[in-house]
Amino acid sequence: MSDSKNIIPTMAEMNAKGESPEILFWVGCAGSFDDRYKSVTKAFVKILNKVGISFAVLGQEESCTGDPARRAGNEFLFQMQAMSNIQVLDGYNVKKIVTACPHCFNTLKNEYPELGGNYEVIHHSTFLQQLIDEGKVKPADGNPFEGEKITYHDSCYLGRSNNVYEAPRRVLEALDVELVEMKRCKTNGLCCGAGGAQMFKDSEPGAKEINVERTEEAIDTGANIIASACPFCLTMLADGVKAKDKESEVKVFDLAELIAKAEDL
Amino acid sequence: MVLAVASYLLARRYKFIKKGISLGKPLDRTDRSSERWRSMFLVAFGQKKMFKNPLPAFLHLFVYAGFLIINLEVLEFIIDGLAGTHRIFAPYLGGFYTVLINFFEFLAVAVLTACVVFLIRRNIIKVPRFHKPEMKKWPTLDANLILFTEIILMMAILKMNAADQVLQAKGAAHYTHTGTLFFSSFFMPFFENFEIGTLIIFERAFWWFHIVGILGFAVYVTYSKHLHIFLAFPNTYFANLNPMGKIANMDSVTNEVKLMLGMPVEGDAATPPAEVGRFGAKDVNDLSWKSLMDSFTCTECGRCTAECPANQTGKKLSPRAIMMATRDRVEDVLTNDKGLENGKSLLNSFISKEEINACTSCNACVEACPVLIDPLSIILELRRYVSMEESGSPAAWNSMFQNIETNFAPWKFAPTDRFNWADDLKN
Ligand code: SF4
Ligand code: SF4
Repeated sequence: MSDSKNIIPTMAEMNAKGESPEILFWVGCAGSFDDRYKSVTKAFVKILNKVGISFAVLGQEESCTGDPARRAGNEFLFQMQAMSNIQVLDGYNVKKIVTACPHCFNTLKNEYPELGGNYEVIHHSTFLQQLIDEGKVKPADGNPFEGEKITYHDSCYLGRSNNVYEAPRRVLEALDVELVEMKRCKTNGLCCGAGGAQMFKDSEPGAKEINVERTEEAIDTGANIIASACPFCLTMLADGVKAKDKESEVKVFDLAELIAKAEDL
Repeated sequence: MVLAVASYLLARRYKFIKKGISLGKPLDRTDRSSERWRSMFLVAFGQKKMFKNPLPAFLHLFVYAGFLIINLEVLEFIIDGLAGTHRIFAPYLGGFYTVLINFFEFLAVAVLTACVVFLIRRNIIKVPRFHKPEMKKWPTLDANLILFTEIILMMAILKMNAADQVLQAKGAAHYTHTGTLFFSSFFMPFFENFEIGTLIIFERAFWWFHIVGILGFAVYVTYSKHLHIFLAFPNTYFANLNPMGKIANMDSVTNEVKLMLGMPVEGDAATPPAEVGRFGAKDVNDLSWKSLMDSFTCTECGRCTAECPANQTGKKLSPRAIMMATRDRVEDVLTNDKGLENGKSLLNSFISKEEINACTSCNACVEACPVLIDPLSIILELRRYVSMEESGSPAAWNSMFQNIETNFAPWKFAPTDRFNWADDLKN
């Protein structure tokens, strides 16, 4: 399938027609603006189109969840963002949100309820796993990743923060890949270095960059593909691979990209 | 007498620590009590978190169980001491007493072995987490001192029992038969050639040494990282039960934001308090009492620091140092005569911005801590102060804030471009 023929309705459009979608796809800032991560957003939209689920996005009405502001200590800004987002979401009577960003996921799921925003929020790894379990996504035999050595990097905000360890691994297993674990994985997983708003500043003085440390560990597994489920991890690991001059041997992909490729979307 | 002095010192120290913890701000951690009991039972009593690394976990379990159980014998010691009896329980328990004391001896040997291995790990193998910059003189000495003391105390039990058995064999008066005590009997040859009189002195000396040692130990513990023996229980009970990624909401900010957005504010919050407290934390009295209890509970084991991505890559941040600095500041506040106003504060005098700015909020430290301490919440409170009271965040963060305010994204992109990614998919 080519890039065309995908429908991407906005909440405003649906609302005007008096319809409401089953899920809201929360794209997130990285998913909207980051050149690399836009391809994850597109991959996920193609999957949504393929399975024919009724969804919508907020389009220009979406706004930062406030996660980096809160983690950098600016509680005012976080709450301003949160309150206005809640107004928009409640205005459209949103019930269920899917997002590909663990930071958005954590914030929407755990931090918005205290400010009055209550939604069912799931991360795209869990969502993809559900599609696979329901048989709606069946990566065909002979998919390009069959037998490939893949290692999965746990995002802190998905794993430790929210105990989502199995869903991403189940998605990879569905691709019949050879999943190899790094020594520091799951609850002991090493951060990529971007969380806590580190993504938006240089690191403090030290001996090494965290993403390089993590990428080395991933490369040491002998995997050809590092799978990630977070925009920041993806950037950090891709930069790490670049720093190690391994771009031709090791690729970094998001789960949605792997599934979309395997489904030939 | 000895007992009275020990009790007095313990009570004084207890008050000190209680006062220290109550410097903190209120925080309700009394909900969901069944989950809390469960967590305390598993983590403090069952040491669930320790078993991430089995070798130290088993050894620690020996020391811990050994200590708990051998202390039952101390009960007999205390009664004997007060009543002037000797082994008061022996006649009542008969054969079971022999089994019991044999079991205690086994534990004593286990504790001893574990302590020796711990000393080797700390001082000969030099496990890295015991040798970070914050492990200066006192923390290292403290750890070693305790291990030595435990070894000596355990030796005293064994030697005392050995001398006792020799005395029994020689038919000394008052020395009730205990049956054969397996481990201590190895020490018997050592005592066999002495006179009854000398042996009684030996046996009494070990007895006194042990009881004074244990009581002294109990007092010492409260002045050291070994306080976790007691505090681990309340600390795990009152631990955070929310998902780790959730950062506590600042209700004071919520009210202001609601007023700013013209939204209704519930309850008496509608009239803002005359003096809005400080946002975030500059000093220990701005932290919650739980963070302060955390600081007293910290065992300085460094599991948090060993897992911290910032620390592992050579940054100055060490979550253990955050906990130690917090406790040092609480003690500083309580012991200097100007209290909080002695010209120092937790931020800057004890913890630097460089440290808090390095944190990725990855929660590895929280996950690693065997007694459910949360160093991250202290770091975040300090960041809140820096950001909201000082506007002193790193410049890159200040521009990120500005981007969110004006472009609704942390990067400088036009909000009208937000949906452009879809263009080549749609048509
Ligand atoms: S949350 Fe911060 S202090 Fe704790 S391990 Fe992660 S980076 Fe280190
Ligand atoms: S905070 Fe926990 S893990 Fe860190 S040194 Fe203290 S007791 Fe150990």
